[in-house]
Amino acid sequence: MQTNVGLILAWRNLWRHGRRTWLTIGAMVFSNTLLIFSISLQFGSYDMMIDNTLHTFSGHLQLQHPRYLDENKMRYALADIDSVAQDLRDELGLSSVSARAAGFALASSAERSYGVQILGVDAAHEPLVSTLPGLVKQGRYLKPGASEEIVIGAVLARNLKISPGDELTFLGSGFDDSFAAGVVRVVGIFDSGVPDLDRAMAQVNLGYFQQTFAMRGHGHSIVVRASHIDEIEQLMQRISATLGGGADEVALRHWDELQPGLRQAIQADMTSAWFMYIVLIVLVAFSVLNTQLMAVLERTREFGTMMALGLKPSRLARLVMVETALMTALGLAIGITFGFFLTWYLSAVGFSYPGMEEMAVKFNLPDRMYPAISVISLTLGPGIVAVGSLLAAIYPATRLYLLLPIEAMRAV
Amino acid sequence: MRALGQQFNTLLTLSWRNLWRNHRRTLIMLGAISVGVWAMIFMTALMRGMVDDMLDQGIRNLPGHIQIQHPLFLDDPSVVNNIPPPDGALQQALNQPGVKRWATRIRVPAVIASERESRGINLLGVEPAAEADLSGIPTQISDGRFLDSNQDEGIVIGARLARDLETRLGKRVVVMSQDPDNNISERGFRIVGIYRAEIAAMEEFNVYAARDTLQQLLGIDNRVSQIIAVGNDYRNIEPLYRRLAAATPDGLEIKPWYEIDTYLAAMFNMMDGFVLVWVIIIFMALSFGLVNTLVMAVFERVREIGLIQALGMRPRLIVYQILLESLLLLLTGLTIGNLLALVTVKPLESGLDVSIVAEGMAMMGAGSMLYPKLTLHDVVLANTVVIILGILTSILPAWRAARLNPVRALNTT
Repeated sequence: MQTNVGLILAWRNLWRHGRRTWLTIGAMVFSNTLLIFSISLQFGSYDMMIDNTLHTFSGHLQLQHPRYLDENKMRYALADIDSVAQDLRDELGLSSVSARAAGFALASSAERSYGVQILGVDAAHEPLVSTLPGLVKQGRYLKPGASEEIVIGAVLARNLKISPGDELTFLGSGFDDSFAAGVVRVVGIFDSGVPDLDRAMAQVNLGYFQQTFAMRGHGHSIVVRASHIDEIEQLMQRISATLGGGADEVALRHWDELQPGLRQAIQADMTSAWFMYIVLIVLVAFSVLNTQLMAVLERTREFGTMMALGLKPSRLARLVMVETALMTALGLAIGITFGFFLTWYLSAVGFSYPGMEEMAVKFNLPDRMYPAISVISLTLGPGIVAVGSLLAAIYPATRLYLLLPIEAMRAV
Repeated sequence: MRALGQQFNTLLTLSWRNLWRNHRRTLIMLGAISVGVWAMIFMTALMRGMVDDMLDQGIRNLPGHIQIQHPLFLDDPSVVNNIPPPDGALQQALNQPGVKRWATRIRVPAVIASERESRGINLLGVEPAAEADLSGIPTQISDGRFLDSNQDEGIVIGARLARDLETRLGKRVVVMSQDPDNNISERGFRIVGIYRAEIAAMEEFNVYAARDTLQQLLGIDNRVSQIIAVGNDYRNIEPLYRRLAAATPDGLEIKPWYEIDTYLAAMFNMMDGFVLVWVIIIFMALSFGLVNTLVMAVFERVREIGLIQALGMRPRLIVYQILLESLLLLLTGLTIGNLLALVTVKPLESGLDVSIVAEGMAMMGAGSMLYPKLTLHDVVLANTVVIILGILTSILPAWRAARLNPVRALNTT
């Protein structure tokens, strides 16, 4: 019963100055809406950046020679890569595991020559770990097992002035430092939108690659794609367990190591975003502090009377805190509602701003952004705003302990 | 005129004193405005510094503010798409003041091979004397020297490429490229210098040789790939661009930096928009508190306002008085906020180390040091927005105060 009185009292006090209360709630709603929108947008674009970058080519995890990551050289290879990959597939019960070998060569068409990275891939499993095979815009992707076939990037094709059906000669050095040369037919051209891949990458079948580059069964990486990004850690443990004692010859690389720029770009963006959020939250806290301090000071007489009637300062302080909590709850509810609808609408239609297209290419993003609503993105920002508001009310509430009833009752 | 001045003085005194009648409220509001303004300017300075760095790096990487080349060259950077060195009107235009530096260069795809490894590279044939102003590579030599003449027979490669090739200063490498007839031409070069670059990919990709040496290797006489010009300020390159464009012969293509690298142009253009949006968002968060303060200030003075109205003060003057109060509050807050920003940005101007996210910054095109940059333009923008919008949001409470009915107001408790 007692708490009920306190609650009713607080609620009524709030509306003695309706305009002031609404203005304070307004500040909360504004910040909450903005926070929900931008946090959703951040999460949405980070997920997309990670997905697009990893799915296009590098996969979630890779098995490599321990020195291959830092020194991208032909001789740092894994032996019997085909059977290792097959064992891994069986062991994990996961088909999205694919072996690759990589080499560097000078590719020449009838008219032009360019240096390219030639990748030997397992055409049967490659489409399961990388979206590149699906991005073949002209011709088709490699047929499993077929030799003397090559698919190349769109920019490279343009620069070499070749199209599907044309011949390409490549010249490089093999695993044993011998000359590696071959004549292949271009069967497909992929257009991934990632400049580095489109400009300088070509893929042939792994078997053919091993034969031409004298790899003797070696390869450079086994790419693993988890069915969901959350399963990576678990998958890593299982792979490590499978590898057992062989860990000295094989290193398991997390995508963090494969694409260090990605995580760091996200970190840098996150830091600057949180700076902005904190400023917004501090400003809301100032607003609440202002309102509640005013509310306490203008009621000095009233509080004095209540104390003279026997109410303890702690009871009054609780009243002030309850008032703040009610105000915060309103701000939270309205803010989350607004934020939800705004973000939900934008996540359905997407949005863009001038200059975004150029940025999007740089970070593997589509040219429209779709914020991702989640429980976290809806509650994280407003939650901190609420905590900040309650903290701001502590100072006004503690002032009540300094109140002397007689003097307070005489105050104007 | 004097009367008006006196009236204004009275109003000013009145407003200032009113402000401090409730000093706690005023101080809290001042705190909010100061923090807001500080955040506006501080964040802007950081972003401005980062974007400037990106533009700087990006333009040095192109390089140049204006490039003249074969119309097909940018899409197909092959030796086939070459052009003659500038002569006649173009040469004259390039030698006029306004062009800080110009040079011709060769850029072809090539393969570089050491005894152990080979890599695909971007082979540049440069005029070494101009390079410090174009790519800045001569200032980034970590080992050995940069090329010293147009006929230099040496080659300068990045530190990362040297590591990839397992080679070092003084060793020989073989460079292969194609001549215009698609024959492979190759020759050995001695590595005379190793350079370091902020962006790792550049270090692996760009290899510098002397222009004349490459012309000989590629068999293209005195022809070149590009003519590069640098003006005094990349932000204002339009006049120079128009002048050079007028002198560029038909059949050649001339492009300013912002058309060559649209990502840079987008960052450059977006920056101003970003600053404005950020300033307005902060202001909006502030405005609730500002309006609140004014509404309360009017509310507690209802009787007083009724009284001075009854004594003959014009409603207009009451509006002015409230607006003046708001303006004084804003100006004081702005002063503190600006000072805070100055005090916090200045010590950071020597550089903020962000190397823990260096590769992320590289992805965005910026280096691993962040140099915040306080520009007058941004500071003025932030202050102007706060004052103008601040006054606008104060109009409603002020107007409401002036519309009070004196008799009713006097009778409120």
